[in-house]
Order: sequence, then C-alpha cells, then structure tokens
Amino acid sequence: MIVAQAAGDPRFFRWDWVWGHLDLIGAKVLEHLVLTGIALGVGLAVSFALALVGLRFPRTYQPITWVTGLLYTIPSLALFAFLVPVTGFTTLTAEIGLVSYTLLILIRNIVAGVQGIDPAVRESALGMGYGRRRLFIEIELPLALPVILAGLRIAAVTTIGLVTVTALIGKGGVGFFILRGLNRFFDTEIVLGTALSVLLAVAVDLVLVTTERWLTPWSRTRGAG
Amino acid sequence: MGFFADLGRWFLENWSGDAGWLVRIWQHVEVSAVAVVAAVLVALPLGAWLGHTGRGGLAVVSVVNIGRAMPSFGILALALPFTIWLADTVWFIDNGLGFAPTFVALFALALPPVFTNTWAGIRGVDPEIVEAARGMGFTGRRLLRDVEFPLALPVILTGVRVTAVQVVATATLGALVGYGGLGRYIIDGFATQDDVRIVAGALLVAALSVLTEAMFSLVERRVVSPGLGIERQTTVPTPETRFRNGEHPEAVLS
Repeated sequence: MIVAQAAGDPRFFRWDWVWGHLDLIGAKVLEHLVLTGIALGVGLAVSFALALVGLRFPRTYQPITWVTGLLYTIPSLALFAFLVPVTGFTTLTAEIGLVSYTLLILIRNIVAGVQGIDPAVRESALGMGYGRRRLFIEIELPLALPVILAGLRIAAVTTIGLVTVTALIGKGGVGFFILRGLNRFFDTEIVLGTALSVLLAVAVDLVLVTTERWLTPWSRTRGAG
Repeated sequence: MGFFADLGRWFLENWSGDAGWLVRIWQHVEVSAVAVVAAVLVALPLGAWLGHTGRGGLAVVSVVNIGRAMPSFGILALALPFTIWLADTVWFIDNGLGFAPTFVALFALALPPVFTNTWAGIRGVDPEIVEAARGMGFTGRRLLRDVEFPLALPVILTGVRVTAVQVVATATLGALVGYGGLGRYIIDGFATQDDVRIVAGALLVAALSVLTEAMFSLVERRVVSPGLGIERQTTVPTPETRFRNGEHPEAVLS
C-alpha cells in the first residue's frame, strides 16, 4: 500500500514522508557513520603500518602504492562482487571494500607528510640524542599531522559517498533510501538519501577541520589562515 | 577448483548474443566514452578560459568540494527521475530509462574533475613564462593556445584520465537504471545468487577499469611535449592548497 501511494504521488519531495520515518532515518544515519568510522579506523591503522614499512624500506614504497593504486582503480561494486561469494552480504564485505579505498589516499599522505619535513629539523633532533622511535613519535608525526589529516579528510568524504553503494549488498547507511527509492520510483527517498550523504560528508569534514586546528595550534599562528 | 572451471565455462558460453559480454563491454564503453567526450567538450574550454583570465577561483574550490561530497550512486539515482521527466516533456527523447539516465549521471560526474584540472593546469603555468610570451607579443587566445595550454597539458590529461576511470567505474551502476553494460552481470548475479556470474562481471569490470587507466597513461606519455620532461604527475597542486595560504601541501590522487 505504501508502495502504491509512493509511486503514485506526483510531488518531487514529500516532507510528510520524512517526518513519518524519522526513526528509520536516524537508524540509517547511524549505520552510515558506523560503517564510515570502522573503515577509517581500520584504514588508518593499516595505512600507518604500510607507510612505516615504506618509509623505513624505500624500495617497498613503489610496490605498496602500486597494489593500493590497483585496489583504488577497481570499481567499488566490482570489489564488493569479488568478495560476496566468499564473505556474503555482510558488514565484513562492505568494510573490506571500504578500507581498500582509503589505503592509497592515506598512505600517500602519511609518507608525503613525513618526507616533507625540513631535514634540518630531523638533523637537530638526532643531534639532541633522539632515537628513531622518539624522533617519529615526538617530532615527525606532529609535524606531518596537517598533511595526514588532509588525507584523512579526503578519505572520509570519499568513504561516506562509497558507503551508499554498499546498499547493493544489504548495508548502505543512507544509501538504503537511494536504492529503495530507485526500485519503487519514489523520488523522495532518492533525494533524501543523496542529500543526507552530502550532509554527512560536509559535517564529518567540518569535524575533522576543527580537530585539525585543535591538534595543531602552531599552524594557526603562522600566516593568516 | 570447481568454481574456476565454472567461471571459465561461463566466459566460453556467454560471449555472444545480446546479453553476451562482447555486447555488454561495448555498451559499457559506449556510454562512458560519450559522457567523457561530452564533459571534455564543455568543461575543458570553460576551465581553460577561466584559468587563463584568472577568474573562477571560488567556483573551482566549490566544485572540488561538492564534487567530492556527492555520492555517485546518488547522482545516478537522481538522474532517473530527471530523464523520465525529460522524456515526458521533450518530444525527441522517447525513453527515460537505460542510456539516458546513465549518460546524464556520468556526464555530471565527469564535469568537475575535467574542469578543475584544466583550470589548475593553466593557473599552474610558470608566470615568468607567460610574462615572457606576453613580451614576445602573445596575447589572449594565442597565448592560451600556444603557450599555456601545451604547458598545462600534463595536468589536464591527468584530469581526463582520472575522470575516465571514475566514469567507467560508475557506468557499472547503470544496470540499476535499466542500462546494460557490465554491471548487469553483477546486479543480476546478486539477485539470483549466481556467484559465477557475479565474479565474471566483477572480473570484466575490473579489467576494463585497469585497461582504461593504462590506456590513458599511455596517451599521456605520447602526447605531452618531450620538452616538459614528463615526470608523471603524482601530485596535482589542488586549488585547496592554493587558496589556504599554502597551510599544508596536500598530496592528492592523480
């Protein structure tokens, strides 16, 4: 009955439908954020490990970016499709795909961030008796942070968009509305799903910018930015 | 081993006919190519001219940010009601399903990266070279065509390559709005729980994407003036970097 009502309604966007389904919308937004959060968390951890390997053994960097670049080139739907016969229509399938897409962006930015540090700074730290590990944690990481966070912002916004595609394997966050709206020609759901995805991306980006300012207070005093 | 044997058999049995993979590959390439060409025809001149005149900086930043935040799945889904409405309204469009919404979505998706890379490429040309060219009497269109454009070509082509790969990837979703293409196998395979078809479709889509990437990389190497010493553009200076007082050099996907 709902389907018939929805399909027959000529109006492009029905606010009354939105007000009537706030619970579902809230649940899907939450699912979207959880899927994104896990993907970014795991992606960051894996990227840090691979970036450290790449920085420590420069010869491995090329192969690492080659493989992650290949993963990045394969369309998301194809990647999910490869996994479905093995892991099914599960969150795991969605996350493996989503994490794969964060790797290239994050690894490149971590490595670029660390490599972009003035060699003189590193030199002075070594001269002051810093060991390799302390050098990384106390000097290199904080100085590379703006570039790393810039990468994280791109990864976050990209991931939020990609989560919508996971609707095809039964997840999707707000992508659920896009797919359902598409299947029953109900424009309100398509618009709602797309708009929510954009809003989430903008909101998460704002949160990350704020975090960046808070974590790197020294960059605020420099220049007018 | 059974699965791979089935997979091999699938490829042997499904290459011909209307739903065969030869036709599906062609459909996939067709809509992607038309969309990319159309986007280049619109966005490249616009980006080049705005880059040349130095205007449109704010537009570029907005386009980059909005382009990134828009989910391609959402754009595709939104294209469907739009083309159905179009088919009802405009007399020479008689089908709002299939090719039309897929094309509209891919075209919309392709505009921002072509535009921003062209703009950034032209803006990124060494001002001293432009100055020297002006000193030699180059002005307006000729300056753009003979000096700025060739120098910006690597960045512009990088933009086209990234766009083409993204378009081929998204064309897979065209199956959801009634189009053919390789996504058909994956979507239908999901519906019928046919793992062989799902994986076969995924293989074809992945191969086509990688091939697109490789082909455009090759073209980049061939076309760019050897004088530019093609160091492959791995980091494109984004407008974002330019407009934030160079707060942080943002490494960006090429």
